Amino acid sequence: MREPRARLRRGRFDDLGLKRALADRLLPLLVAAMAFLAALALAGFVGAASLARHWREGAAAALTVQVPQPGAAAAGGGTRRDRVLAVLQATKGLGSVRPLSEGELNDLLRPWLGAGAETLALPLPAVIAVRLGAGAPDAAALADRLRAAAPGTLVEDHAVWVGRLAALARSLQACAGAALLLVAGVAAAVVAIATRAGLAARRQAIEIVHGLGATDGYIAGRFAGRTMLLAAAGGAVGALVALPVLLGLAELAAPFASPYGAESGAGLQLQGPATLRALPDPLWLALPALPLAAAAIGWLTAQATVRRWLRRLP
Amino acid sequence: MISCEGVGLQYSRGDGPEILRDLTFAVPAGGFRWLLGPSGAGKSSLLRLIYLAVRPTHGRLNVLGTEVGTARRRHLPRLRRRIGVVYQDFRLLAHLSVFDNVALPLRIGGRPEGQVRADVGEMLRWVGLSHKAAARPAELSGGEQQRVAIARAVVPRPSLLLADEPTGNLDGVQAERLMQLLRELNRLGTTVVVATHNDALVARHPGRTLRLAHGRLVADAEAGRA
Ligand SMILES: Nc1ncnc2c1ncn2[C@@H]1O[C@H](COP(=O)(O)OP(=O)(O)OP(=O)(O)O)[C@@H](O)[C@H]1O
Ligand SMILES: [Mg+2]
Repeated sequence: MREPRARLRRGRFDDLGLKRALADRLLPLLVAAMAFLAALALAGFVGAASLARHWREGAAAALTVQVPQPGAAAAGGGTRRDRVLAVLQATKGLGSVRPLSEGELNDLLRPWLGAGAETLALPLPAVIAVRLGAGAPDAAALADRLRAAAPGTLVEDHAVWVGRLAALARSLQACAGAALLLVAGVAAAVVAIATRAGLAARRQAIEIVHGLGATDGYIAGRFAGRTMLLAAAGGAVGALVALPVLLGLAELAAPFASPYGAESGAGLQLQGPATLRALPDPLWLALPALPLAAAAIGWLTAQATVRRWLRRLP
Repeated sequence: MISCEGVGLQYSRGDGPEILRDLTFAVPAGGFRWLLGPSGAGKSSLLRLIYLAVRPTHGRLNVLGTEVGTARRRHLPRLRRRIGVVYQDFRLLAHLSVFDNVALPLRIGGRPEGQVRADVGEMLRWVGLSHKAAARPAELSGGEQQRVAIARAVVPRPSLLLADEPTGNLDGVQAERLMQLLRELNRLGTTVVVATHNDALVARHPGRTLRLAHGRLVADAEAGRA
């Protein structure tokens, strides 16, 4: 029974007078700002990753086939459009093969040709949307076969766009990662500066305690314990302040990231618990980790700073 | 216990003046020494060497079995805890109460809080400051502060007790009480070195004397003959 009480008492015993010497408002405030920025960077990181995944899954699985002069007769009988469709339907590994109707085609073209698209009587190609399934042939092989059936047929896969979007997402992730590292570095610098100020302010007390036989570990532990508390408090405040901001961003991003959101616009109507669900799971793990990371940075930085400083004493 | 062989000290290495020069003497375990000499002779500097606040620039110094010149830095804290020091300028922590100041060496040494309370209470009773246990050093007279410093040096029962001008702020009665305490500790086996200007005190308590002048040891003999 005596041991824990003794330890409790020692924890409260502020022999170095650090309660006043370590900036107990400025440090948590600065760390809170860092934690807030870190939360934004984390959201950027997670958001870019999930958008990239979404695009990759959506776009990589789709092909667009264009058949010029669809109504013309093909070599093996029937129209060119029907020949191409027949080849596609015979191909294994395709999820769905859907020719766009005239109306859909006109919808697609209206932004480019204006409302009078129908009346222009342009020679429109037939457009077939193909979803790829498991074991689909690669786009080039498929294009060769379709061209054999109806020369001039174009197969457009979205690999180039997926590649570009993936590169963009990777760059965004790299930027977010760099921002995260930078924020951690600045937080460590802030803690180091606050610790040095504390060391300078309590120099005499430290020399006395050192003279009484305190080890470097004892003195560094005093500083590190206090700094860790202040940094953890700052990190918690920063994470809490970031939460509503991230929820707002997640709501805005929901229509782009959910498989059906784009069509239904459901993301814009999220409320209550659904709002909380809008935040990706990795962020629910990362946000509580912020105070822990701040505490770790505070403890490690203070330990290193104090131990380095103490080497000037004999 | 303490042994000096050709010990020299410069505060600024290289070009600074030699504050202590070629000191050679030994104090056996359980011994008592007066450390006398005019102001500026180097008494505090010699004590500083012995309580490991500075390392010798020349010669060999052995304290409680440890070669101070070559010992690793991380071995020194444990050694410091075996040495009690009454500083000339007290060096109390201003933000701590009298009780916490006296408790400091015990807590640094990791003693259980129950023992800390008992030992500090007894020590404060002995120096007559029980009623001031909760006061801050700034609220005490010079003599009271000195008694707190003495209590802090003695409370961890050190093997070696160094006192720098411990009676400077005490009246005759208090100084006499302090000498009784130092003699008692010495009889129980603590090695004691006391630096002082107080000739009357030395005359009343004759003992072996180290006499310094201009940083040199000019005598190491029984008082009266030095
Ligand atoms: N930290 C220091 N740096 C440089 N010189 C110092 C330092 N401390 C003391 N000195 C010098 O060392 C010399 C001896 O000082 P010291 O304090 O050891 O004398 P002392 O014998 O204790 O004197 P007093 O009886 O007045 O206390 C003095 O000339 C002093 O100026
Ligand atoms: Mg002196």
